Amino acid sequence: MATIVENPSLTGGSPGAEPVVDNYLTFTRGWKSWAFTLDHKRIGVMYLFATLGAFFVGGVMALLLRSELFFPGQQFLSPDMYNHMFTLHGAVMTFLFIIPGIPAAQGNFVLPIMLGAKDVAFPRMNLGSFYLWIFGAIYLVAAIIFGGLDTGWTFYTPYSTTTNTSVILATTGVFILGFSSIFTGLNFIVTIHTMRPPGMTWFRMPLFLWATYATAIIQVLATPVLGITLLLLIAERAVGIGIFQPELGGDPVLFQHFFWFYSHPAVYIMILPAMGVISELISTFSRKHIFGYRFIAYSSIAIALLGFLVWGHHMFTSGQSAVSATMFSFLTFSVSIPSAIKVFNWLATMYKGSISFATPMVYALSFIFLFSIGGLTGLFLGALSVDIHLHDTYFVVAHFHYVMMGGTLIAFLGGLTYWWPKMTGRMYDEFSSQMAAIGVFIGFNLTFFPQFVMGARGMPRRYADYLPEYEFYHQLSTIGAFVLGVALVAAVGILVKSLWTGPKAPANPWGSATLEWQCSSPPPHDNFATTPEVGDPYAVESVKWSDSEHGYVKNPSYVPSKDH
Amino acid sequence: MWLSKFAVSFVPAQLTSSYWLPEPNSTFAPEVDGLFMFIFWLSVFFFVLIVGLGVYFALKYRRVGTTEVVVPSASHNTALEATWSLIPTALIFVIFGWGFVGFVDMRTPPENAYEVQVNAKKWAWNFTYPGGLQDSDLHLPIDQPTVLTMTSDDVIHSLYIPAFRAKMDVVPGRYNKLWFQPTKTGENVLFCTEYCGREHSGMNRKVFVYEGGGVEKKLAEIQETMDNMDPAELGKITFTKSGCMQCHSIDGSKKVGPSFLGLFGTTHDITTGEKITVDENYIRESILEPMAKIAAGYNPQMPSYKGQLREKQIEGLIAYIKSLKNSSSK
Repeated sequence: MATIVENPSLTGGSPGAEPVVDNYLTFTRGWKSWAFTLDHKRIGVMYLFATLGAFFVGGVMALLLRSELFFPGQQFLSPDMYNHMFTLHGAVMTFLFIIPGIPAAQGNFVLPIMLGAKDVAFPRMNLGSFYLWIFGAIYLVAAIIFGGLDTGWTFYTPYSTTTNTSVILATTGVFILGFSSIFTGLNFIVTIHTMRPPGMTWFRMPLFLWATYATAIIQVLATPVLGITLLLLIAERAVGIGIFQPELGGDPVLFQHFFWFYSHPAVYIMILPAMGVISELISTFSRKHIFGYRFIAYSSIAIALLGFLVWGHHMFTSGQSAVSATMFSFLTFSVSIPSAIKVFNWLATMYKGSISFATPMVYALSFIFLFSIGGLTGLFLGALSVDIHLHDTYFVVAHFHYVMMGGTLIAFLGGLTYWWPKMTGRMYDEFSSQMAAIGVFIGFNLTFFPQFVMGARGMPRRYADYLPEYEFYHQLSTIGAFVLGVALVAAVGILVKSLWTGPKAPANPWGSATLEWQCSSPPPHDNFATTPEVGDPYAVESVKWSDSEHGYVKNPSYVPSKDH
Repeated sequence: MWLSKFAVSFVPAQLTSSYWLPEPNSTFAPEVDGLFMFIFWLSVFFFVLIVGLGVYFALKYRRVGTTEVVVPSASHNTALEATWSLIPTALIFVIFGWGFVGFVDMRTPPENAYEVQVNAKKWAWNFTYPGGLQDSDLHLPIDQPTVLTMTSDDVIHSLYIPAFRAKMDVVPGRYNKLWFQPTKTGENVLFCTEYCGREHSGMNRKVFVYEGGGVEKKLAEIQETMDNMDPAELGKITFTKSGCMQCHSIDGSKKVGPSFLGLFGTTHDITTGEKITVDENYIRESILEPMAKIAAGYNPQMPSYKGQLREKQIEGLIAYIKSLKNSSSK
């Protein structure tokens, strides 16, 4: 493959006159150099394209759903079409976008560089994970073409074992996507364990790595349960083994236990990497050492472990025993503490900082706002008696969109705008990008806040039609969805435009102290010619602004302190 | 007294329980609403604290230009970190305990309650009252506990009465119990809140609450109307209220099952290849044992209505289907 012999002295983000540095984008050419690449950066970029494509498809479906709901009664989607659409919106967003979004796209790109390594531990497995994603996506698309899917993304039995739609194709797709996720997780665990550079102890790792590590544990331990559950579902549908089907002596609620045993930890697969990104952003753009490093690191692990013990809160109304419901409620509340700790630590990081409102920070601040609402509304749903009223209403829909979209998507965009100069070597237009971020924030709140109100007033979820008393809130929500849609297209469009018109990015445009900012933008094929020197990842004083570089360079007067 | 009323008049409506929650029409409502508003105010407090500090820091410590002065400050403070871990921990214990107490009450049906059997199916509710009378709306006595014993004939449904703050899934193959005690006469809405397919959002009925003796009077009235009604008229009402209309049209369009328009007296194929003529016996059999003969081109999906429709209603449906003559196309 690689035939170019590098001159080690030219690589690495040495500032000053433009050195002739190879970069991973132009290192080799031709489509095969991408399709068969083992470079984690290229795989990350391909994942980025693929997941953004899936996000676009899921987003268009969301807009169609919201348009249908603008007035009560049927507009242009029959109830069947509505049910197919909300099912696919959920399945595409969950399995194709949010789960792989941050770890597989951004994590793949950044993780090895943050470790000062050349690649992940198993590059072939990494490429394999990407192709599994593609195959899984093909199966989901095939399910749409051959009969659609109307079970909801949760595949609850016995609906899923009796409907005429392509449940087997879709679950096979999700099964394959599960392996894609396991491969990524396994790779990250091994990489973090074995490839940390000398000097990078566990407590000198950037918090993004702690977060992806915690995520990887869940991916590896929980996803197999989803695989088994889906195989059982397929077996039930195909040959009637009688595990979920009540006529055959099965228990349909058992499926819910199996399903949520994976899918609740999976929401932490979605949110933990997002929290990792936010820790990096808040520290960098406040020019402050992260506050309470160890608490944040431990809280990621705590969330990953406690997240395995709370699945039953999806079943408070299913008829599970009052004792189990009580235990699950208690454990559910315990997860809120590590999340609260992170939020307070981020705020303390901003205290006495030097805060820049660059686009990634605008996203980070809106993350704190939206995630706070998402987290606090979780208290309503964790409280048993109140949950009975709110269960399966729009209150739940609003809550998880505030966490999954207001949390994960916003952090995804924050991470994307933060690492974009590193990935592409181009700076985007700052002002228009900030405006798009504000547009996303406004559109998001307008879409989802009214859903709390109508949910608390009793509007059930997954309704193709509704009583006229909820019309006002549905209309606000639909208008918000279009504002959000336009702002998101603008946010991505501004980034894409920078590929042609953006000025060249410096190695370290934001002033971060983590290792990925020490190599050039975009990084060379091998990331670093020599293993970089490892310091405190949050010693932001170790770099200072340079006018000639339009970026940050090593601060010669910096003396590492022993405190951190 | 007037002072507190005066003060309350300045609280925006958006901050009161009557803005957020439906009418409180059962004994659960004050309990649930009290906790809801407690969490609401706690959330408002923490939200204002977090966002307030965020905005204050962001403005006070904002960077001006590209030259910044980095003043190293503490990056760790065990006392502070312990405080903001322990205070929320204490608060969630309160919320958990409060929610638990309310929940235990909701899950403990009292003795000698008014008992109603509930059968859910795609996409209709059927309520069987003491004495065997049935209706697709729920009729309840005020100030008396009611226990619903619920099961489903097909997929999982969920019975939800927002004004009562009551909800429980209706699962095939088991009986789930739900109880509540209405505190106000009048009409409330009942929803299905577990996704169950095409007409999920149409699966809502009314809950009527009556003063003493009102339920019996109403049920007797329903009975009497049924007895004296023209059979086709009764059939039409049964068609709408018992869920037939969710799958069978009366205008010739094909839904989940065949349309009833002009159906009576026609001959059509069934899945075994035989031909049958739609007569009284076939309709009766299809209602009670839907799987016996499936019309060609349709899926065997219909649940049985055995025990859920009375003889009068079946006769009514037959009369109604007979009355739907295909006048325009002939």
